[in-house]
Amino acid sequence: MLEKNLSQLEIGEKGIISNFKDEEMSLKLIEMGCLPGVDVEVLFKAPWGGPICIAVSGYNLSLRRDEAATIVLQN
Amino acid sequence: MREKTIEIALIGNPNSGKSSLFNHLTRLNQKIGNFPGVTVDKKTGNSNLTSDIVAEIIDLPGTYSLYPKSLDEQVVLDFIINAKKTQSLDLIIVAIDASNIKRNLLLYTQLADLDIPLLIVLNMMDLATLAGINIDVALLSAKLKTPVICFNGRTGEGIEKLKTAILERLSFTSLPTKFIDSHSLAGSVIADLKSKLSLDNDYQALILAHQFRKKLSCLNIDEKDIIQKITNEHNFQSATLQIQETYQRYDQINTLLNTCIENKSITNIQQYSIKIDRLLTHPVWGYAIFFGLLFLIFQSVFSWASIPMNLIDEGIATLNAYLKQILPNSMLTDLFTDGLIAGLGGILIFIPQIAILFFFIALLEESGYMSRVMFIMDRFLRKFGMNGRSVVPLISGVACAVPAIMATRSIDNWKNRLITIFVTPLMSCSARIPVFTIIIALAVPEDKVFGIFNLQGLTLMGLYTLGFLAAVLTGWILNIILENNQRSFLIMELPSYKMPRWNNIGFTIIEKIKTFVFDAGKVIISIAIILWVLASYGPSDQINNAINETQNYAKINHLNKEEEANLLATKKLEASYAGHLGKIIEPAIKPLGFDWKIGIALITSFAAREVFVSTMSTIYSVGSENQYTIKERMKAEINPETGKPMYSLALSLSLLVFYVFAMQCMSTIAVVYRETKTWKWPLLQFAYMSCLAYLASFAVYSLLK
Repeated sequence: MLEKNLSQLEIGEKGIISNFKDEEMSLKLIEMGCLPGVDVEVLFKAPWGGPICIAVSGYNLSLRRDEAATIVLQN
Repeated sequence: MREKTIEIALIGNPNSGKSSLFNHLTRLNQKIGNFPGVTVDKKTGNSNLTSDIVAEIIDLPGTYSLYPKSLDEQVVLDFIINAKKTQSLDLIIVAIDASNIKRNLLLYTQLADLDIPLLIVLNMMDLATLAGINIDVALLSAKLKTPVICFNGRTGEGIEKLKTAILERLSFTSLPTKFIDSHSLAGSVIADLKSKLSLDNDYQALILAHQFRKKLSCLNIDEKDIIQKITNEHNFQSATLQIQETYQRYDQINTLLNTCIENKSITNIQQYSIKIDRLLTHPVWGYAIFFGLLFLIFQSVFSWASIPMNLIDEGIATLNAYLKQILPNSMLTDLFTDGLIAGLGGILIFIPQIAILFFFIALLEESGYMSRVMFIMDRFLRKFGMNGRSVVPLISGVACAVPAIMATRSIDNWKNRLITIFVTPLMSCSARIPVFTIIIALAVPEDKVFGIFNLQGLTLMGLYTLGFLAAVLTGWILNIILENNQRSFLIMELPSYKMPRWNNIGFTIIEKIKTFVFDAGKVIISIAIILWVLASYGPSDQINNAINETQNYAKINHLNKEEEANLLATKKLEASYAGHLGKIIEPAIKPLGFDWKIGIALITSFAAREVFVSTMSTIYSVGSENQYTIKERMKAEINPETGKPMYSLALSLSLLVFYVFAMQCMSTIAVVYRETKTWKWPLLQFAYMSCLAYLASFAVYSLLK
């Protein structure tokens, strides 16, 4: 089965973080509370392929779509 | 004899309420210096803990962890590691946003493992309660073995309790509960480092093993070599270990919070805030609101600031006239009035604009809106070699390029940061406003467009747009030319919307005005005095010549006394040293429509552009008894070649465009040098902006004359 990443979620969709594709980026994400097993929800997106905003670990975090694509979600 | 002062550092995540806390602790006893070797602002302030115990508080830049991703965060790590080694700190206060306690605690756990006395200040308890988070403060404090004080940044409630707690904390020596066992992560490396570098703390050794390649003032080259050797020997996997460590920390935090926090899920507030966010980041409305706000800001700067500015302008003119009446008629009086006081007026006149601009910028940051602007502008700015974080420098650049360029330190990617530094001086700073204001007032009628928009305000807006377009296009070109070999992130918190804390805004305004008056003021005053000397003296034969010529001309043409005095003033200025300098460059600036008087102003403006207005007032008031305001004087100036007013539309616009593009600020050049650590960039920037200014001015004048 194809793995799903965070950048593929639509606004309002939820997921659970599974693992990361990029080690360097993952350290920053983990520090910001994006941990495996944690719930995420896409709240809104910047226009024209700009960053997205997610709810994670009790606050709102913005990240670029290519950064979100490194976060793999549980199926 | 003075006792040893108590040193306390204030640390916390961005948006953790740190600056509010700092302001409440230190009130107006603040000063700004630099951290050694870098230009990051080091804000320090004194706090009276009791009537006779004073503590020095150091406000560190906001950071999420001790593993830095940007220059700002690097400063924090360097400071903490250095303080650990020299044991110079008595206490670290960790500011924590209670509504976001889990992520905020990460930094705390790192500090706790370093065995440094700590104290937690929980901010925004009201927001936490609204979000359904209930914290058992006593239990948290007991588990951490660290005092926890609740503080309200809005009202200042809790500050006395905090001061008492600081004093109590200083008198007992027990250390906070540790969180992770560094030894289990990289035991052999830590053991080797501890013995070779004689360290006593495991986590300190681990941090050095991770970060020794970065700029750390506590390590010399030999020590760096030792660490390099040890980490290579044991095949130290830095990235993997940092990830493992962070996982372990969050595990510990979760266990801790499970016992100390009760979470009731209340979603109403969240839903409300998301609705606002969806509007403010909407493809159409988001940008419309942002640009509408900018437009409003410029309109209000122009209309609100004009009243106090006119008052200052007229006040200085009246004061000078009065002083000339009561003081003996001498060279010294002239130096005092036309040199010093006129120069002082040139500084004071800025204060209203700087205050209003920084009021709005601080308001945008305080409310949380600025991060939404970063969010919607990131995609757009990346096309031009910058990123979302460039928004703050670019907007601050409208007030002053110096703090704006210093604000680029939060940009993690070097290429993005360099481009932002390079283009920021093209944003029209407040130093340009007096120049713009006076020339617009001369050349553009005070009409209304569509009955509401002030035409002069629209012209001003047009000049800002011109500067912005130049900045963006320059960024686009640099983005193609420069190579990029570093990654950039935009992983940042979007803080919840908050009512701005007005005293924080007040502190920002006072701080910026102080910096301006003392830093820029020195340059402006000195130039005003030098200029007065240059404009008052000249080669004596030529000055005598000018006097004789005028007297003869006056006799032949039967001029009255006033006409003769004005002619004499002009002739003498022409014969002065300043006149000579202006004449020397006149051939070069003639194609732009400028004469030698504007030439003098251009020369003096190359140190600081705001000197233009004071130069003009010096030039036009030298030797004249009548005290008109500078605007009236310039309006009355006649072009000797055409017999029409000197400040025609073509000349005025040419001059305006010149000031939009030209790099006329020594402070900016100096700060770019400090930030890029090479002369290459400030010199390139200077050459580029000067060429741009000359060519654009030439084009405008040629088309319109």
